[in-house]
Amino acid sequence: MGRTLSRERRNLFWGLLFTSPAILGFFLWQLAPILATIGISFTEWRIVGNPQWIGLDNYTQIFTRDPLFFKSVSVTFIYTALSVPAGIVLAFCLAVLLDQKVRMLPVFRTIFYLPSIVPFIASSYLWLWLFNPDFGLLNAILRPLGITGAKWIFASSSVLPSLALMSLWSVGGTMLIFLAALQGVPRQLYEAVEVDGGTAWHKMIHVTIPIMTPAIFFNFVLATIGTLQTFTQAYVMTEGGPNNASLFYVLYLYRKAFGQISMGYASALAVILLIIIGILTYIIFRTSSLWVFYEGEKE
Amino acid sequence: MTTPRRQTLQSIVIFGLLAALSLVFILPLVWLIRSSLMDNASIFVFPPMWIPDPFVWSNYEYVFTSYPLLRYLGNTLQIVVPAVLGVVISSTFVAYGFARIPWRGRELVFGVLLSTLMLPYVVTLIPTFFMWSRLGFVDTYVPLVLPHWFGGGIFNIFLMRQFLRTIPLEYDEAATLDGAHHFQILWHIIVPLSRPALITVAILSFLHHWNDFLGPLIYLSSPEKATLALGLSNFQGEYSAEWGRLMAASTVMLIPVIALFFFAQRYFIKGITMSGLKG
Repeated sequence: MGRTLSRERRNLFWGLLFTSPAILGFFLWQLAPILATIGISFTEWRIVGNPQWIGLDNYTQIFTRDPLFFKSVSVTFIYTALSVPAGIVLAFCLAVLLDQKVRMLPVFRTIFYLPSIVPFIASSYLWLWLFNPDFGLLNAILRPLGITGAKWIFASSSVLPSLALMSLWSVGGTMLIFLAALQGVPRQLYEAVEVDGGTAWHKMIHVTIPIMTPAIFFNFVLATIGTLQTFTQAYVMTEGGPNNASLFYVLYLYRKAFGQISMGYASALAVILLIIIGILTYIIFRTSSLWVFYEGEKE
Repeated sequence: MTTPRRQTLQSIVIFGLLAALSLVFILPLVWLIRSSLMDNASIFVFPPMWIPDPFVWSNYEYVFTSYPLLRYLGNTLQIVVPAVLGVVISSTFVAYGFARIPWRGRELVFGVLLSTLMLPYVVTLIPTFFMWSRLGFVDTYVPLVLPHWFGGGIFNIFLMRQFLRTIPLEYDEAATLDGAHHFQILWHIIVPLSRPALITVAILSFLHHWNDFLGPLIYLSSPEKATLALGLSNFQGEYSAEWGRLMAASTVMLIPVIALFFFAQRYFIKGITMSGLKG
């Protein structure tokens, strides 16, 4: 008895020792800064000098007198709604195509995957150049088809769809995850559909998609959270323009913090983003049981 | 039901679709290389030409000689090397604690750490920046390196833990009976068996640090300390119409990533699928 107790203690000691860098890191780089951000959000603070406590003023101003806040929220939501579902669908379709038995599969897989590892800053400049209305690739392709004059990221009506199009270029990582999930689908399920006289379509609807829903769900959540924090494209390619049509939330926050040095205001924006992501994640998880299929769940 | 003929037809259709989509995916990269090999006289021709005529190497010559590309490369490596080391070493330690030692509260602690995956990075940005600025480390590489020695991020810990859990626990037990302690088990048993996972984590964090833009943007203000990613954006600021040079610089930044991919393809794929499936 005494021996097991001491062993338990020993394990606790070693377990905590080995994981201590991460635990310490959690307090230093996560928990403490989050609490500080919440605290700073109740102040007016311009880095030099001390923060002035102003209560909820930052929040009142954000919700009542800041049209740019609402603009940036709507820009970010519209872009997320355009880019995430389209990316998931494209990644899924590519994975399904790659799961067939045809020649040169490794070559195709590599080609689809490569764009996703292109350094993001490089791909931002590349796409800025591709979108160039006069000398860019996209209009060079469309011109012979009789479509001319597309302004892409240079017009407020088309900037978000254009950026969403660009995001589709880097779905390779998601595609690989789906491909691995597809390869894990038990073959006998397909055979069962075949025995019942089902077609490829039936296999897709009744076997592939239900079994894939956990992977789809997981990637949907991660992509949504990631996309809500879009920054680099907007900073590098459009600078939030034209006419604030691509003023993403994090870009707005960055400008408040490091452009106007309004740390209190920017912190309030950060807290609001945390709450938005928290609520969205909660909703996504609560509704997941409606459509995500977990094996053996019914038992 | 499915006759051989139909099967062949289906294969041809699928192959055609894959080939067409591949063309779409590869075109931007073709355009990148093409533009990097053109001078301004031919790049600003309307309508654009597909093949550079004449082929010029002057953009590459320029980015290596008149533009501090090599210095940016050196700066980037000064961040990437210690940061990747920190990630690999500390995530292995932490993952060992989560995967190989049974202790009370382990799952709870891991769950709390895992939940930080959902945290938007801007929530910690301002106080962290202020802390580094108070400590006098703004405009140094310390804020971009040091935090990665604290477990290397929950994502990498998660990956390592997933892998370490696949190694039979009997190995540890046998070693313990022989009088080995945890550090010896980690070093002599776990590390040699975990090489694929270590390489995967190293590659993923190399990519992360090589590509990182926001970190250097916030912490590095002196132009001579810029990384490749940050330098590229300064480049754009200075020469906004020099597309050939910008594309050449982008290509140079891309080449190590592509080379790494071709040398270590299976680790990339392993890392991606390990991270995405075991949610």
